[in-house]
Amino acid sequence: MKFRTLVIYLSVLGLASAAPAAESDVQELKNQLAQLQAAFEKTRHEQQQQIEALTRKIEALTAAAPASNPAPASAAGDEQKKLEQELAAETAAAPASPAAAAAASPPPPAPAARAGSAYMNLSYGASAVAGWSSAPDPSAQLELGDHDPVKRGVSLRNAEIAVDGAVDPYFKGFANIVLKLDKNNETSIELEESFLESTSLPANLQLKAGQYFAAFGRENVQHPHMWSFVDQPLILGRAFGPDGLRSLGAQVSWLAPTPFYTEAFLSVLDGQGGTAFSFRNPGEPDPTGVERYAGRATIDRPLRGPQDLVFVPRIASSFELSDTQTLLAGVSGAFGPNDTGPHARTEIYGADLFWKWKPADASQGFPYVTWQTEALYRRFDAGADPLAPAPLPAETLRDSGFYSQLVWGFIPRWNAGLRADYVSGNDASFDASDPFRGERYRFSPELTFFPSEFSKIRLQYNFDHGAAFGSAGSIWLQVEFGLGAHAAHKY
Amino acid sequence: MKKFLFLTLALAITAASVRAKLRVVATTPDLGAIAHEIGGDKIDLVTLAKPTEDPHFVDAKPSFIVRLNRADVLIEGGAELEAGWLAPLLEGARNPKLDAGKPGRIAAAEGIALLEVPATLDRSQGDIHASGNPHFLSDPENAKIVAAHIARSFAELDADDAATFAANEKSFSARLDAKLTEWQRLLAPYRGRPIVTYHNYWIYFGRRFGFPMDLFLEPKPGIPPTPAHLAQVILKMRADHLKLIAVQPYQNRKTAETVASHTGATVLDWPSFPGGPGTESYEAWIDTIVQSIVHGFASAQ
Repeated sequence: MKFRTLVIYLSVLGLASAAPAAESDVQELKNQLAQLQAAFEKTRHEQQQQIEALTRKIEALTAAAPASNPAPASAAGDEQKKLEQELAAETAAAPASPAAAAAASPPPPAPAARAGSAYMNLSYGASAVAGWSSAPDPSAQLELGDHDPVKRGVSLRNAEIAVDGAVDPYFKGFANIVLKLDKNNETSIELEESFLESTSLPANLQLKAGQYFAAFGRENVQHPHMWSFVDQPLILGRAFGPDGLRSLGAQVSWLAPTPFYTEAFLSVLDGQGGTAFSFRNPGEPDPTGVERYAGRATIDRPLRGPQDLVFVPRIASSFELSDTQTLLAGVSGAFGPNDTGPHARTEIYGADLFWKWKPADASQGFPYVTWQTEALYRRFDAGADPLAPAPLPAETLRDSGFYSQLVWGFIPRWNAGLRADYVSGNDASFDASDPFRGERYRFSPELTFFPSEFSKIRLQYNFDHGAAFGSAGSIWLQVEFGLGAHAAHKY
Repeated sequence: MKKFLFLTLALAITAASVRAKLRVVATTPDLGAIAHEIGGDKIDLVTLAKPTEDPHFVDAKPSFIVRLNRADVLIEGGAELEAGWLAPLLEGARNPKLDAGKPGRIAAAEGIALLEVPATLDRSQGDIHASGNPHFLSDPENAKIVAAHIARSFAELDADDAATFAANEKSFSARLDAKLTEWQRLLAPYRGRPIVTYHNYWIYFGRRFGFPMDLFLEPKPGIPPTPAHLAQVILKMRADHLKLIAVQPYQNRKTAETVASHTGATVLDWPSFPGGPGTESYEAWIDTIVQSIVHGFASAQ
């Protein structure tokens, strides 16, 4: 009996230790494998280097050979020149075959350079605009966006350093730091976005928190290098100010279980300051130092409760109209308090549409046609300001407008586009000198050349007309480049 | 009690027979074709890029997010071929099954010896891929490696059909071996003769079957042909008596025709991927290219 117990005891013990033994075996094998792999890699690398060295030697020798025989070389040179000219003429004259000439959606995302080698992707992009406007100071009335050209001559209004990567198994992180040169070429810096985003929530949910561009419409969330034009659409400036709707906050989004793409978003934003232009924005100081918005002196309105936050809901859906056509449409809203009165509130509504055609045999993304339109309506309770230079009553300001743009990537590396902008906002008392009020429209044709995915040269003309400034013409030449890793582009 | 047992058994059987198929998304049609060989009717397969499409420049359409959201398996080439479009799709898809390192995420490039890994990352050399040339599936030996990889992952995710996947993989591999012998035999008379291509896409095929393919109509990867570069290509083709230029559906055939008219060469149309008419399977795709080379050289003589 004792013996049996011992045997059982020992066999249980043996079983128990078998698993760890197997584990350590596996570990050892893994280590051996890793060592073998490392040795293999090393040998391969050495051999590759040898091959490269030999190749270089051969190249050097073969390059040297013709040099000893100069006459044929120059004959070949002549022949090459002649061929070059012929080819230039032939390739220019012949109509592009459909299979051949294709190419471009917004220059597609740049591949990451050895992504992950430093736990994050790092990139730098800069865009400079040179040009002339019939208005001596285009930034006073015409170009109100924060990344728009600010003067005749050369402006550099967007140089950004962006980093992104996996924070840990639960979050991704993104931040970009924007540098801008003012009219006197003094540099200012801002933390444009800095947020983390969940990667593993259940139920098709995703959470985003930090400072970010709110998901309202299409262009508000895009960084300027993704835009098809040099400057921001007028109605977005009217509703969201120079910076776009961007604030500290949190967003939850949900991918609906529909057969087609449908995503719903809800952001709750702090909503204080100039980047929440239509909300708790103290405005700009007048010559006497009083901060005003829409002519009204503003009150510094602290948060009194959840009702003073800004809520931004959005829903978007996408449909494949055919093999070559895709439609993406959405509606958005933004609701919150504003600083022109203790109980003043703002409501903004928007609808957006994006359609794209790209044939199945597109080359480098070209040819393509995109059509993008956004329409917005803002209802702004403006408080009374009886002490204003021209006393202003409490009333509702209503602004509405749209832009619509068609871009055609007609051959690889080239696109041509036309945008029409219209905004109105004349139905109430307001400061007539306020460039963010009053009716105006704009037409902008553009032509862009993309030497590669990482650079572009764009020429754009703007015809502007507004009640406040009459008619104006501007011409802008934009040059942009990107370095390093670059996030792939969303649709 | 008996009734209850019977009911439980019946339910279990029904559940097993309507068990959902593995939902598989492949980024490109070559991966799709191999996944189909392994999975057969045991999987639901969706391929994102079209066979005629430039795989470097696929639009990240929202409908792809929906596909990825509901997928059990994602098969990607890896090696940065999809760097321009896959990341935002996965970010939107919110599908932890497809996280890197999970069995549901198959990076086909793993286990493949990639060629042309650049020593330095320098975009003045064109649009180079940091991990090496990603067009590795034109070599049937690589297709066998990828097929084995896919079969292993499928078996891990769907143990009930593991035997089927293994059998399919074995049969695919055996067929490719037989085909390889046939292809080598067909191509043997022309082995060693260079073929000019538009983009550096076929190097793995060239290495396998002995056709040097290091002359391109593009001066650098992703950079469109210039007259100066084409003139060099033409002189080289004349000097070396090169007679074949291969182009893919999304490349500029007119450029190849221009070069052909100056060199007396023939332009061959090579599908980039399986999946077009007549090239539905992986074998049919390689067959098409092999036949194209055989006919090209035969008529050039």
